[in-house]
Amino acid sequence: MKTISMISRSVQLPLSDDVVETLHAGDELLLTGVMYVGRDAAHKRMIETLEAGEMLPVDLKGQVIYFMGPTPARPGKIIGSAGPTSSYRMDTYSPRLMAEGLKGMIGKGMRSREVKEAMKQYKAVYLGAIGGAGALLSRCIKKVEVVAYDDLGAEAFQRIVVQDFPVTVVNDIYGGDIYEEGRSQYRMAAPNPTAVR
Amino acid sequence: MREMDSKMVTETISTLLQDGCYHLSDDVITALRQAYEREESPAARNVLAKLLENAETAARDEIPLCQDTGMAVVFLELGQDVHIIGGDLYEAVQEGVRRAYARGYLRKSVVVKPFSARINTRDNTPAVIHTTIVPGEKLKITALSKGFGSENMSRLAMLTPAGGRQGVIDFVVKCVDEAGANPCPPVIVGVGIGGTAEKCMLLAKQALLRRVGEPHADSEVAGLESEILKRVNDLGIGAMGYGGRITALAVHVEVFPTHIASLPVAVNLQCHSVRHREATL
Repeated sequence: MKTISMISRSVQLPLSDDVVETLHAGDELLLTGVMYVGRDAAHKRMIETLEAGEMLPVDLKGQVIYFMGPTPARPGKIIGSAGPTSSYRMDTYSPRLMAEGLKGMIGKGMRSREVKEAMKQYKAVYLGAIGGAGALLSRCIKKVEVVAYDDLGAEAFQRIVVQDFPVTVVNDIYGGDIYEEGRSQYRMAAPNPTAVR
Repeated sequence: MREMDSKMVTETISTLLQDGCYHLSDDVITALRQAYEREESPAARNVLAKLLENAETAARDEIPLCQDTGMAVVFLELGQDVHIIGGDLYEAVQEGVRRAYARGYLRKSVVVKPFSARINTRDNTPAVIHTTIVPGEKLKITALSKGFGSENMSRLAMLTPAGGRQGVIDFVVKCVDEAGANPCPPVIVGVGIGGTAEKCMLLAKQALLRRVGEPHADSEVAGLESEILKRVNDLGIGAMGYGGRITALAVHVEVFPTHIASLPVAVNLQCHSVRHREATL
């Protein structure tokens, strides 16, 4: 069992294959640069766009999408609370976007087997942000602009600039999965009444 | 007979919901601190430390703890000697929700027509309202902002009576195990046992309203809570699912008599961002 490193590594966005190849499940990263923000409705639109044979609003090559729908910004602020949403709802859409060059996804919670296979195939990673830490994460967001689907409101497709945005590599391109590895490391064989203090 | 202006209800609900979304309550902060002390997994400890920091940031800047500020669930315990004046009681509740989500810069997450036109109502109404009539001339209001990362992991089982206590434990543990990282652990596990199908799920939700870690008054139920908590924490899921000793901060069970032919068990999970407040008018 690999020991989880507690030293966060700084990574610049967008991502190249060279960088993606160095990432392993359990690594803690601080992301700096540009990423895109979209959740259910924006993903549905993008897939519909591709199926219609049209161009996506942005070129996804090397890009990272953060599954997130923020709270409204207070006056004088650029964004409200901005933590990750559950990623499994994007599972049906993600492989198609990886085929378009998407290199990373940020969310929380488990992905499907199909998505994990697609990550290996297209060399993309799934990164976990801390769910329910939206107040803290919003402080890492320095710039926000809507790039498409403005009519979707909180679900619009946005481009953001982040600085030292903390994530943990959940799934790497080698089949590593921190949810499975972490759980098996700490799971107690049941029933075993003396196993825990 | 006591007259009560419905405007008081509106203002109270608006205040309760906003307060809950910015300020993590002291029982939850204490439970998170204890989890941090007990946790052995470095990755999970890191998560717990960040959650405590998040609570400080949210309170200081009055920014929501979580961007999913939920669907509002409002419990009314209405004294039978109260006469509501100045308008419809339920409309007063909805107006309170409207105000909270607009004034508080909370996210509006409610859509109409769930299986077809999922158009946002833009004011987070309607709230789900549960009313009970009680003796007296007071109105107790409990307002909960329920996020759906955890709500989506709810389960109901109509077990056979033969399943018994062990059947209940195994079902609840299986629910938490299958939910894994999805409901944003560490969670509070709300369990309803008994009643009918819908009563059982309501019990599970009401179980979430108890102060975190406060055992059930009945020692038999409290014993069941602590046994399920141990089994859940043996799963190894840990904070955010990164592996660890603390998957749940507490298990709360509520019970109700049931039919001779059934043993209903409902599970309603609450993420660590526990947001409920109460007031008595």
